[in-house]
Amino acid sequence: MAETPSNNEYWAANIRLVTICLIIWALVSFGFGILLRPMLSGIAVGGTDLGFWFAQQGSILVFLALIFFYAWRMNKLDRQYGVDEE
Amino acid sequence: MDQYTLNLLFVGATFALYIGIAIWARAGSTSEFYAANRGIHPVTNGMATAADWMSAASFISMAGLIAFTGYDNSSFLMGWTGGYVLLALLLAPYLRKFGKFTVPEFIGDRFYSPTARMVAVVCLIVASVTYVIGQMTGVGVAFSRFLEVSNFWGLMIGAAVVFCYAVLGGMKGVTYTQVAQYIVLITAYTIPAVFISLQLTGNPIPALGLFSDHTASGVPLLERLDQVVQDLGFAEYTAAQGSTLNMVLFTLSLMIGTAGLPHVIIRFFTVPRVADARWSAGWALVFIALLYLTAPAVGAMARLNLIDTVYPNGTAEEPIAYDERPEWMRNWEITGLLTFNDANDDGLIQWYNDGSASFADTAEARGWEGSELTVNRDILVLANPEIANLPGWVIALVAAGGLAAALSTAAGLLLAISGAISHDLIKGQLNPNISEKGELMWARIAMAGAIVVATYLGLNPPGFAAQTVALAFGLAAASIFPALMMGIFSKRVNNKGAVWGMLAGLIVTLLYIFLHKGWFFIPGTASFDDADPLLGPIKSTSFGAIGALINFGVAYIVSNATEEPPQEIVDLVESIRVPRGAGAAAADH
Repeated sequence: MAETPSNNEYWAANIRLVTICLIIWALVSFGFGILLRPMLSGIAVGGTDLGFWFAQQGSILVFLALIFFYAWRMNKLDRQYGVDEE
Repeated sequence: MDQYTLNLLFVGATFALYIGIAIWARAGSTSEFYAANRGIHPVTNGMATAADWMSAASFISMAGLIAFTGYDNSSFLMGWTGGYVLLALLLAPYLRKFGKFTVPEFIGDRFYSPTARMVAVVCLIVASVTYVIGQMTGVGVAFSRFLEVSNFWGLMIGAAVVFCYAVLGGMKGVTYTQVAQYIVLITAYTIPAVFISLQLTGNPIPALGLFSDHTASGVPLLERLDQVVQDLGFAEYTAAQGSTLNMVLFTLSLMIGTAGLPHVIIRFFTVPRVADARWSAGWALVFIALLYLTAPAVGAMARLNLIDTVYPNGTAEEPIAYDERPEWMRNWEITGLLTFNDANDDGLIQWYNDGSASFADTAEARGWEGSELTVNRDILVLANPEIANLPGWVIALVAAGGLAAALSTAAGLLLAISGAISHDLIKGQLNPNISEKGELMWARIAMAGAIVVATYLGLNPPGFAAQTVALAFGLAAASIFPALMMGIFSKRVNNKGAVWGMLAGLIVTLLYIFLHKGWFFIPGTASFDDADPLLGPIKSTSFGAIGALINFGVAYIVSNATEEPPQEIVDLVESIRVPRGAGAAAADH
């Protein structure tokens, strides 16, 4: 497919979306689950703290939400830029 | 009906089902053999991917590792699920748009280099074969334990079953078989967990029970667990123990490895449309999360149950006498995976952390002369229903589930290996004019060959059962993932960059693993130990992330120092970036 301005815009929108999703991905796992856990230790969750919950439950739930959000947004972007499968 | 007959019945019935499906769905053409004619619905594909992904490591081993270590092993949970985000956002839709069958095919075309394709084949085969060896070992152990046959025959029966449906069925057989296996394994994992969660917390959902109050003591379950493990000198369950840097790198390695393992990626070639590839990754994670959200609860509750079994009157009182030990302990003693050694000759089972210096005084005051109980971490999930006194059919179901997990992964990996050999090596390199029938024959020969090799090594494990999985992930992370990602997101990375990047990542990672685990895993040849690694706190299992960085770095530098990729490659990259024009199949390339 030839390079058209429309494609470039589509790709830029995709990269923007991927970047936002990956920032959240890293924040909940490496951030809340590991590196920022000491900062979250004040928030009690069932006998432990929020960081522990993110490491064993929360990050997985956020991962799920991210993938479905991305799939929904991208499929919408495909149609918006007219590059979806007919 | 005794336990042995029940096990036989459950395992036998599930196997008859898998083989039946494989025969019913026998593949005819090459396109069907590899990719099931791209006619698989995202939900079905997600379920099969989940079965493919969750091996004996997830089902049998992971909860036990979490139970005995606590928070630090959360890396497994985040790593083995977080990789799906990378897959869905960075790889799956583009590889589906590209529309070929195998991972090396993409690398060879995108980097316009047969050398790149061959390097990718080597990476794929090394990672997959090592992974299969671990699975075959698991299959052998599980079969021999539950069918009460020798390890040799356990492995032979397992190899025969894998051979039947992987070789005869190909991808389509594997896909539907794996759907059946997913249902068996998730049921087997969830039912005992629900029972145990109800017993301990009154909450039927294990993931919620983990953060609920412990009914017997009235305090939160995790607080109770922290208390009793520390009473026995063990590390606090919910606290971080090891190096933070190592935990971050280990988690990252598992994530990147997940997105780089060929048998998972190959799944996304089999959905009808690009949009479906995106949904497929999400559905796969839904089905995986059902097990992964339950696993930490299984681990914590099993640890608590185990301590309560040994210290029925609380950790401040004396433990139970060896002569009064429960039936499940006697059963597992036969396997040698649970042992008792009466160090102070008082006939009681003292179980505590005899490696803790700060606990030594307490132990001495209580007249303890060393921990007397040794529990292999890998038996925890299988023994869990027995520890909790659940009915015999639940124990039999867990046996069938463990075997489903190990077999489904072995079959998926074998398919990836056979594809690489018949499609990439023989059709792509040695004999491009091979007929479709000939290619299919080679795929089956490669599969049979891989089974023989894996069974042989599974019979005589070179002493690296647990490390095998780490090696497979490290290698996939360091070699395959970076090449795929750069192939899609960079128009500048060229053939030389990709080849040198993959080789650098692969070789450095292999070296680091061999230095810590022994050359080719031969015992006694290691120069370092994971307890005191070569580079600061970075263990060999965590090195895949560093290997991936090296791969990216080398590819970038080499590409920028050499010529730009030709125009048709730039056009190819442009075309895979947009979904429009994705064909139904590309068998006639």
